[in-house]
Amino acid sequence: MTDLYQRPVSIFPSASSYCPGCLHATATKIIAEAIDELGQKDNTIFVLPVGCSTQGLVSWDLDIIGSAHGRAPAVATGIKRCRPDCMVLCYQGDGDLASIGLAEILSAANRGENITVIFANNSIFGMTGGQMAPTTLVGQKATTARDGRDPKNTGFPLKMCELIKEFEAPRFVARYSLRTPSGVKQAKAAIIKGMKNQLEGKGFSFIELLTNCPTTWHTDPLGSLDFMEKYTEKYFECKVFADREGRFWE
Amino acid sequence: MEKRFMKGNEALAEAAVRAGMRFFAGYPITPQNEIPEYLSWRLPEVGGTFIQGESEIASINMVYGAASTGVRAMTSSSGPGISLKTEGISYLSAARLPALIVDVSRGGPGLGSIQPAQSDYLQATKALGHGGHRLIVFAPNSVQEIVDLTYGAFDYAERDRNPVMILIDGVLGAMMESVELPEMKEPSPKEQSSWSLGRWDGEARKAHIISPIYEAGLEGLNRSFGERTEGWKENDVKVEELYLDDAEYVITAYGIASRVCRQVIENMRKKGYKIGMIRPITLFPFPEKSFESLDNGKVKAIIDIEMAIPGQMAEDVRASVKGRIPVFEYGHSGGVLLDDFDVKNAVTDIIDKVEGEQ
Repeated sequence: MTDLYQRPVSIFPSASSYCPGCLHATATKIIAEAIDELGQKDNTIFVLPVGCSTQGLVSWDLDIIGSAHGRAPAVATGIKRCRPDCMVLCYQGDGDLASIGLAEILSAANRGENITVIFANNSIFGMTGGQMAPTTLVGQKATTARDGRDPKNTGFPLKMCELIKEFEAPRFVARYSLRTPSGVKQAKAAIIKGMKNQLEGKGFSFIELLTNCPTTWHTDPLGSLDFMEKYTEKYFECKVFADREGRFWE
Repeated sequence: MEKRFMKGNEALAEAAVRAGMRFFAGYPITPQNEIPEYLSWRLPEVGGTFIQGESEIASINMVYGAASTGVRAMTSSSGPGISLKTEGISYLSAARLPALIVDVSRGGPGLGSIQPAQSDYLQATKALGHGGHRLIVFAPNSVQEIVDLTYGAFDYAERDRNPVMILIDGVLGAMMESVELPEMKEPSPKEQSSWSLGRWDGEARKAHIISPIYEAGLEGLNRSFGERTEGWKENDVKVEELYLDDAEYVITAYGIASRVCRQVIENMRKKGYKIGMIRPITLFPFPEKSFESLDNGKVKAIIDIEMAIPGQMAEDVRASVKGRIPVFEYGHSGGVLLDDFDVKNAVTDIIDKVEGEQ
């Protein structure tokens, strides 16, 4: 008898610490499945950010380092340059990556660091209680934007894939939504591709995952998926922005 | 031993390489630029990595990552850049990661002045980031001592799994002296494999976690750091004491200021002044015992001389003396250097004042 479906070995056999309905849990699982499928569990170093996703410390059964807010790509750079034989991953949220860590992600991408960054974008600061993020949609309410985001004061939501694709070095830049099973499948395939790019020494890959936050969006889990379909995916286009062959400097 | 005529900054960089440092990330700032410039070509020669970070903050976080793999890692900067790095230094301490941080200090506060100064003492000894952690801080006063202390710094960092700071200033960084260079060490990052990230040779072990966050157990960490600090005070103090046997006046100075003071002391002793010196080499742990053991029946005054106004080390001197002996201060700041003529006049004035009161 063969197991057709089982818990990934790269995840601890414990309950998820994310809120009910949170797609971080889905992302956590597919990343672990991707690591398992590539046989990289014992060869991975995972760099965690500050935010809800810091809970990866108690989710993934992998060598892990917690970094300062926004600095994961710099930390990953130091690790990868010293251990080029290991697979180095970053998992960052939008408050972390697109706000305080903007310099680090853009510079690591432009340097073509041979790392794989997975970016969970739920358009809000979740861990700190629902403050406006750079990715908060126009009109979306937040605890620091009670009447909804007003571009006159705060500009428009930041599109990270669209920024990063402009650099020459990144090998793979793509955005997926975890709202549907097909989106989850595509995202997992893209994560595997980003990991393979690194293992083959090609250079930087960036995979953005649209996620939700029922708790700070003040919706139930299904309501949060409706919001994603109606608004998030309309603004953040899900597609492959760059898929380049070869090593970036060649 | 290899003898060379070298600039302080370059000698420091070479000593770090010879100590086995194989990862450097830094950002341009005067007066420490010779360190990254030297390492940008020197590290690749020995199979190491040099990165010019996009910022001071990115650089310290690259060091944080490199250190987590067991590689000897280092960054350098000057006051304004060290301020930016302090978040990362606090994280290094919390995550129990060894590293070497070099401050080639300049005038402050703010952008201050690119000229040499000693105004980073308080930051280096008491405030390298939030949360109440401390670093061993070495303050050499010659290019040879820069080499010797840099060469040994990683051993302290790895023993304690905590960053170590070397604090010099723009004079020592730019000054050329002849130095004996130690032999090349080749420590393997595998020596740190009991805690570092990344398995070696497919070893079977549980996952390693390096974390600056403590949901529980933070008080225990704070307590262990406190105990470690007490151990430093007991075992790791470095200090140079000079002519304390007959001294009626004791000058205290560190780094480049102590070189000027040494000249003044030698000249004034020839004229019959009984002057001695206490030169802290570790600014933290501070050589409290050297001050505690001064005989207040014999020593009439302590004169603290720094390139900082007001004196910053003077606070630790007063705390160690506990009011038993009067402490006077003299110094320049903001890029104005001390010279032996000014210092001699200031010391003579203080001595005249004290003698006049007796």
